[in-house]
Parts: sequence; C-alpha cells; structure tokens
Amino acid sequence: MKKPIIATASLAGCFGCHMSFLDIDERILDLVELVHWGKSPINDIKTFEQDCDIALIEGGCCNDEHIHTLRDFRKHCRILVAVGECAIMGGLPAMRNNIPIQECLEEAYLNTPSTAQANPERILPNDAELPALLDKVYPCHEIVKMDYFLPGCPPRADLIYGALTALVTGQKAKLPYEVIKFD
Amino acid sequence: MSETIETSSEIITLTIDGQEIQAAAGQTILQAAQKNGIYIPTLCALHATKENGLESDIAPGTCRICTVKVNGRTMAACTTPVAQGFVVENDTEELNDLRKTIVELLFVEGNHFCPSCEKSGSCDLQALAYRYQMLSPRFRYAFSSREVNAESPKLLFDRNRCILCRRCVLAIRTEDGKQLFGFTKRGDKSGIIMDEELVKNISEEQAQQAMHICPVGAIIRKEKGFDTPFGQRKYDQNPIGSETVCTTCNGEKS
Ligand code: SF4
Ligand code: SF4
Ligand code: SF4
Ligand code: FES
Repeated sequence: MKKPIIATASLAGCFGCHMSFLDIDERILDLVELVHWGKSPINDIKTFEQDCDIALIEGGCCNDEHIHTLRDFRKHCRILVAVGECAIMGGLPAMRNNIPIQECLEEAYLNTPSTAQANPERILPNDAELPALLDKVYPCHEIVKMDYFLPGCPPRADLIYGALTALVTGQKAKLPYEVIKFD
Repeated sequence: MSETIETSSEIITLTIDGQEIQAAAGQTILQAAQKNGIYIPTLCALHATKENGLESDIAPGTCRICTVKVNGRTMAACTTPVAQGFVVENDTEELNDLRKTIVELLFVEGNHFCPSCEKSGSCDLQALAYRYQMLSPRFRYAFSSREVNAESPKLLFDRNRCILCRRCVLAIRTEDGKQLFGFTKRGDKSGIIMDEELVKNISEEQAQQAMHICPVGAIIRKEKGFDTPFGQRKYDQNPIGSETVCTTCNGEKS
C-alpha cells in the first residue's frame, strides 16, 4: 500500500500545536515508517507537489490569506483535522471578536507603552502586501468542511499521535479521558 | 419549579435504568438517584454540602442537563418529585446525546475560552463536555458581546462564561440575607447583575463560596487563580460524576 502523505499548516495560531506535535518525541520515527511528508512548516515545503491524504490545521482564520490557504488545503487534502482550540473555535485570537478592529489596531500600534513613543506619525500598517484583517476571527469549520477535531491548547502530544496513527492505520482513535482537555 | 425541597417519610419505589430504588415522598428524582449512588448530570441544581455552605439543596431547573425520561416523557430530574412506580431512563445513548447537545449549545452561546479561564479543570460545564466527549460543538459560535465586571476588590464577574443557571441568585447571600446577584431581563436579553456595593464588602470566605457555587468560571475569586497545578484540578483525573456517592449517607444505599 502506498504510504499516506501528511501536510500541516499554521493559520492564526501560535505554533504551540505544532510544538505539541513534535512532543511525540521519538515516536516520530515510527511515524516516518508509516507516512510521507508533504507541505508543512516542519520541513519548509511550501507548495503542494501532489495531493495529500491528511492535513493538520493549527489556528483559525483572522485574515484573507488564512482563508485562501485553508481553501487550498481543502482542495488538495482528503482529510482535514482541526488541531487545537484556535482551529476549533478561534481560540485566543478570537478574544478580539467583540472589539472593533479599529480599536484593536490603535491599541496595538498607537497606545501601548512600547508603541506610543515609537510611532510619532501614528501609522497603522497599511502595506498592500499585508493580508487584510477579517472582521472577526473564524474557526476553520466555518470556512471549509473539517473532518476531525482535536481539542486542547495545545492538544496533548498523545492525542495528536493517537489520532494520527489511527487515521493512517485505519483504526478507531482511542480517546482516553486524560488526553482530551481544552486547556 | 421547586427551589428548596421538602421530604416526608412515605416510601416510594421506582426504577432508574432498570434498577429498583426507594425514595422518600417529596424527594426529586435527582435526590433519589444521588442517594442511591446513581449519577444524573446537573449544572443548575446543587446538593447542599458543608463545602458549599448551603442549608438545603437547590434546583432552579434552568439548564435541563438532568433531563431523564419518566414513563417515556422527558422531564427534568431535579424538579420532578418521585412517584410510585416511575420508570426512569437516565444513562441511555439518546439522553446522553441530548445532554451533549445542551453542553454544545452552552459553549457556542457564551464565549468559553478555556485556556484563559481560571476555572478550567474545575468547571462543571467543561467537565460535562469531557464526559460526553465533545470534540467540537456542532453549532456556530455566536461570539456574543458580554461585559466583564472587575471593579470589586475580591470578585471578578465574567458574563462571557455565565450560563444563566441562577445558582448565584438563589444561593449567594450576605450574612444578613441580602442577595448579591440578581436576574434581569428576559429571553435572549436575560442576564445576571451583581450588586456592586454589597460585593465590595464581602469576606474572603464569601468570595470563595461564591466561586464555588458558580458551576463555571463566571464568578472568579481574585488573586486566587491557577493555584492548583495542572493534573490535580477537580476533573483532571476522573470524569464528573465518577465520585457520585451521596455526601450525607456516604454511599450507603437506602
Ligand atoms: S490552540 Fe493554543 S497552542 Fe494551539 S495555536 Fe492556538 S494558542 Fe497556540
Ligand atoms: S467557564 Fe468552563 S467552559 Fe467556560 S471557559 Fe471557563 S473552563 Fe471553559
Ligand atoms: S454567574 Fe455563575 S452561578 Fe450565576 S447564573 Fe451565571 S453561571 Fe450561574
Ligand atoms: S440540573 Fe436539572 S434543570 Fe439544571
């Protein structure tokens, strides 16, 4: 049987979920036996050279580039897994959802102790190259269909490993009580 | 809707999930179940213990997580008094899925950012989500706009996490019996208001009791957060309900 190909992406996240994935430690060697790697920040492959079987998505969508990336993953990957609270519910970035964007930007770039002095012309980032912020931070499943959800901030390494090996070996994931936590 | 519950000495026989149990007339199905070591989930109802300082059980009947089927009809176990020959279904796939749905609705209706919540690990709503294996709610997040009140020196009141269970309204009082929390408005505008003047002067013990009585992280005692290490918090090791033995009878079956 052909080895399945795994891709990963980090959208509006802190890379903590990717770090937790690396926390599977030496079990990564077992995984290497089972899978090939596609596009991922871990190996720095930036394009889909071929379609992938499983994609782990960290983070929700807070700008238009995230939406574009997520749709691209949906197009090229058979199974999308939302990894972590940010991907599932927006997580900490979504705490801005009830604050007007203008206020968020002014707070970050004009009013904090470190920016008030350093930005005398009171410039807000406005380069055309920068992705445009969305009105809200959106969980992944509100943008595209997601197939599985692994909660946690970050999800326990054991949960990620268990779910991933279950997926690639076609078994049912074991979800012991201690590995499913939202924090 | 019963808020405090009177019992008498008449003995009633009923079954829960096929198990025959006895209860005193006037007891609710929930009380009868608890007394017999049978777990029915609760969010708004609260059993009186030394720890929470309640003199009698409360059952506002607001959350419906305790929904059971009584002779085939769905009822709230915490507000329905036992009657002779009741056939109660409780731990069934259908009811547990219904309960999971209620938990999911509560999650999307408020703003529950567990990683930043000081009640995380000891929160009844989160623990129920673990128990029913909610990996993600089936509904859209509302991201409702809710206020936080951090004015009081001892309590933080975060409406983002309030599930409107009314426990605080019924159970948290000053020493001379004044309510610290009240209910306001109706329907999707309903909310809890806090008496800022009274809350300003509460003692450490009262603040602790208030945090304890709130099933979620809406009432947080200031400067006390995250004081139990991860792994040792209330629901870190065992699911909510796994300790169900009645605290007054210590698990002795009546
Ligand atoms: S879920 Fe937590 S660890 Fe994962 S990206 Fe979000 S903030 Fe970081
Ligand atoms: S109240 Fe409970 S469910 Fe809500 S954020 Fe806090 S820990 Fe999570
Ligand atoms: S503040 Fe807590 S106790 Fe009061 S209604 Fe809200 S959730 Fe219930
Ligand atoms: S516990 Fe019965 S309605 Fe809330």
